[in-house]
Amino acid sequence: MKTDSRFKTLIKSTNDVNFTLFGEIVTVPKGTTLAAAILSNFGEASRITETGALRTAFCMMGVCFDCLVEVDGNPNIQSCMVLVHDQMVVKRQIGLRSIGISKDD
Amino acid sequence: MTDFDIIIIGAGPAGMSAALTAANGGLDVLLLDEQPHAGGQIYRNVKQNHSKQSWFGKSYSSGINLVDALNHIKITKCFGATVWRVEANKRVLWSQNGESKVSTAVHIVLANGAQERPFPFPGWTLPGVMTIGSAQILMKSSGIFPKDSVLVGSGPLLYLVATQMIEANCPPKALLETQTLRMMINSLIHLPKALLNMKSLIMGFMFIYKIKSAGVPRYKSVSRLEAQSSVNGSIKFLFSHKGIRKSLTTKLLLIHQGVIPSTEISRSVGVDHSWNTSQLAFQPIIDKWGKTNIDGLYIAGDCGGINGSEAAVLYGKIVATKILYETGKINFNLYKKQSFSISFSLFFTNSIRLFLDTLFAVPQETLSPSDETIVCRCEEKTVGEIKLGLNEGITGVRQLKASIRSGMGQCQGRMCDAIVRGIMLNNISQNDINILAPKARSPIKPITLGELSKMKLD
Amino acid sequence: MLNNQSEIAIIGGGVVGLSVAIGLLQSGHKVIVCDGEDSDARASFGNFGLVWGQGKGWNFAPYAKLTVDAIAAWEDFSKNLNDLSGLDVSLDQNGGFEFFTDPDKLNNFISMLEIQKGHAGNRFNYEALSGDELRNQIPGIGSKVVGATFSQLDGHINPLRFLRALRRAVKVLGGQIKSNASVKKITSNKDGGFSLILANGSVTSSEKVILCAGLGAIKLADQLAFKTNIRPERGELLITEKLGDQLPFISSTIRQVDEGGIQIGGTHADVGMDDNETLDIMVDLARHAVEIYPALSNVRVLRAWGALRVMSPDGYPVYAQSEEYPGAYLITCHSGVTLASLHASILSDWIENNVRAPNLEAFNENRF
Repeated sequence: MKTDSRFKTLIKSTNDVNFTLFGEIVTVPKGTTLAAAILSNFGEASRITETGALRTAFCMMGVCFDCLVEVDGNPNIQSCMVLVHDQMVVKRQIGLRSIGISKDD
Repeated sequence: MTDFDIIIIGAGPAGMSAALTAANGGLDVLLLDEQPHAGGQIYRNVKQNHSKQSWFGKSYSSGINLVDALNHIKITKCFGATVWRVEANKRVLWSQNGESKVSTAVHIVLANGAQERPFPFPGWTLPGVMTIGSAQILMKSSGIFPKDSVLVGSGPLLYLVATQMIEANCPPKALLETQTLRMMINSLIHLPKALLNMKSLIMGFMFIYKIKSAGVPRYKSVSRLEAQSSVNGSIKFLFSHKGIRKSLTTKLLLIHQGVIPSTEISRSVGVDHSWNTSQLAFQPIIDKWGKTNIDGLYIAGDCGGINGSEAAVLYGKIVATKILYETGKINFNLYKKQSFSISFSLFFTNSIRLFLDTLFAVPQETLSPSDETIVCRCEEKTVGEIKLGLNEGITGVRQLKASIRSGMGQCQGRMCDAIVRGIMLNNISQNDINILAPKARSPIKPITLGELSKMKLD
Repeated sequence: MLNNQSEIAIIGGGVVGLSVAIGLLQSGHKVIVCDGEDSDARASFGNFGLVWGQGKGWNFAPYAKLTVDAIAAWEDFSKNLNDLSGLDVSLDQNGGFEFFTDPDKLNNFISMLEIQKGHAGNRFNYEALSGDELRNQIPGIGSKVVGATFSQLDGHINPLRFLRALRRAVKVLGGQIKSNASVKKITSNKDGGFSLILANGSVTSSEKVILCAGLGAIKLADQLAFKTNIRPERGELLITEKLGDQLPFISSTIRQVDEGGIQIGGTHADVGMDDNETLDIMVDLARHAVEIYPALSNVRVLRAWGALRVMSPDGYPVYAQSEEYPGAYLITCHSGVTLASLHASILSDWIENNVRAPNLEAFNENRF
C-alpha cells in the first residue's frame, strides 16, 4: 500500500527531470539526489532486506547503505549518492541482489 | 614526480580552507569530494541555495565565500569522486562515474569530516525514522522539509535544525531530549571557559528561544526509547518522561546523538588512533599541525576529533600553513606569525568544546541498548546476538566481527562499530578490556570487480 | 590439584587448536585452550574454508593419503560438530574446480594430479575438461578459460561459522578456553608436566602441552626443543557484497560463502608478518574473477585483506612429539580446515599413543 511522502517540497524548480520511480512517472528538480526524489514522492520502504525488513534512506550522506535501490538494472545503488536523470528507471531493492548474466567484454 | 603537491580529501570547511591556503601559497592542489558540490555536509549546496532562502541562517550562508574562492587556478576540483584507498606512499585511489583513477602527491590532507553517531533503540531501522542530519541535508540539497516530525536526541544540531524548520514554517511537533539534569550540572564546571566563545553560546540560546517562542513542546530527560510502526506508515514513538511511559505518533521521527569522526580512511592507511574519553569515539592521533604518524599525511577538521565547522576552517588553514612552510613556500617568520594567529583563534573557538561534550553527553542506553535493538543494520544483528558472542568468551572486536558478522555488511562497520564498543565495555570484565580501534581495509567504499580489474597500474 | 592445573594444555585457540581439543575432550581428557590476543595473526580469520584435495600431496604421498582420509571424515565430523554446537557449518562436498587460462599450467597440473592419484589410489579421482566442455557444463565461464580440472571430492564450509562452532563445541564438552592468554614462556617441571607463563604473569600448569599456535609457535617452538621453522606466507583475498543466487561452481580461488558473499583469493607472498592488502594483488584478483566468470564484473568488492598462512619448511603438516620434553607436541599445518576432521578424531589416539594410534612418522620433524 502506498504511503504518502513524509516531506513537503518548499523549493520549486522550473528545470525538471522526469523518470520512472517504483513504476510511476515522477517529476523532480534537476540536481536532486535519487534518495531525495524517492522521499519526496513515497513514504514507504525503498528497500526490503534479506530477512524481509523494510528500510528507507537513513543518513543521506553515503554512510549507512540503507537507501540501496536498483537503477537502470544495476542493483545495490546508494540512492543518496546519485543524481536523477531523465528516463532513469528505478526499482526497489528487494532482498539480496543477483549475479546477473555472464558475458565476456 | 607526483601529480600534485597536495591531495585533499573532502571539500567541507576543513578541506576547502586547506585547499585555499595551500593554493594561495603556490601549491598545486587536488581536491576530491564524494558529493556533487563543494561545501561538505555543513555548507551543503550553499552555492545552489544562494540568494534563494534565508531559512538556514547566516552561519550557513557564510560558507559561500569558501566555495566561491575554490575557483582558483592552482586547485583541481573533482566532485562525485569517491576515495576508496589511500596509501602511506601518498597514492590515492578514487572512483568517479564508475572509473577508478590513481593520483599521487607529496602531501595528503584527510578532511573527510564526521558522521552522526549511530543512535540505536528498538525500531530505529523502520521507514519513517531518519537522522536529523539527513533531514537537514534534504532541506539544504532538495528543498524538501519534514512534515509533522518529532525530533529526538541530543546535541547542538537538534536545536539548529529545529530552528531552521521553524523558519521554513515546518516546525517539529515536539523535541524529545535525552539530556539529563545530571549532564547539565556536570557541564557547569566547563562553563567559565566556554564563555570565551560567547558567540556560539549566544547562538545556542537564540535557537532555544526560537523553539520556545514557536511553542514547540520540549520533553527533557527522556529515556527507554522505542519506535513502532503504526497506521499509514506513521511511527508510534514510546518513551519514558518523568517516570511515566508516554507516546507520540509522527510521520517522521528524526534522531540525533551528536557526531563522531569518520576514520575509515585514517584507520585503513595505518594512522594510529586513540579513544577520546569525553567524546566517546576513536580519533586519529595528531599533533597541533594535524600531522600523523605517517610522513606527509595530515588530518584537518572533524575527522581528527569533533570541534565543529568554525574550528575545521582553522584546522584546514593550520595544516596547509605547516605544509607551505615545510615545502619552503613561506619563511619561518611568516609561518610562525600565521600559525600563532590561527592557534589563537582556535583557542577561543574550542573553548566551548568540553562544555558541549558534557552538556550533550551520550546516554548509557545509546552506548549499550536493550537486547532486541538492531546493532548492525546491514547484517541485521541485535544487541542480544552480540552479547551471546561475548558469553562465548570473545574479548575483542575482531573476534566478535568474525563470530557474529556485525560490521561485515555494505557499510563496513560505519553504523555499528561505535555501538559494538559500548556493548563490549558493558559486558566484559574490566580485566579483559583491550579494545583497539578496529582495523579498516580498502576499498573503504565498495567498487565493482569490473572497475578494479580495469585499473592500469604503472 | 591446583585450580589452574589441567591434564592437557593446548596453546592456540584457532581452527587447529580447537579441533584437537574436541578430539581430546571426546576421549575423556581434561583440556584447557590458551587463546591469544584479538590482534594476533589468526589465520583462522583469513582462510578460504576449503575442504580440498586437488593438488594436495602430489609430491608427498603421506600427505595425499592423509588428505583423502580427512575429506572422507568430514561428513561425520560436521554432523558431530552440529550436534555439539548447534551450528551448521554448511558443508558442501559436491565437487570443485581448478580453472586455468594458461594451457601449459593446466597440463602441468594434470600431471601433478596423476601422481597424486597414484599416491592415494582409487580414493582420489579427478577429471580434466577443455574450455568448451567446461562452458557447456557451466554457461557463463569466460572465454579465456582454456580448461579446468574437477574433483568430486572437493568442497567447502563456512569458515567463520566453523570457528565459532568449534569454540562452542569445546565449551559444551567441558573444555576451558582462556581468552587473552598469550603464552610467553613454557617451562618443563622437574616432576613432569609443564608450566605456561602468560603475558599477564599468571601461570597455567599441565601434564601435557600441545603447541597449535600457528605463527605464534615461531617464538615458542624452540622452548620445547622443536626444530621446525614455521614461516608466514601472505595470501590476499577479496570479499564481495552478498548475492541472492548461487554461484554455479566452487574453485580454490573463487567461492561463495553460504551467506552470499564471494571470496576471491589464492595469492602467495613472502613478506614476513605484514598482513596488509596491496593494490596490485587486489587488481589481479579482480581480473582473475572477471576472467573466470565475467558476470562478476558488476559485483562490488566490500573488503580486501591479507592473511598469513602458517607454513612449515616444505609446506606439509608437522605432527611431532618433543624428544627432549616428552609430553610436548607440535601440531602445525596450513590446511587446518581440511584436516580438522582428523585433528578432532585420530590425533587423540596419537597423543594417547594407544593401539588405534595412526602412524604419523612421515610428518615428524626428522624430515627437516
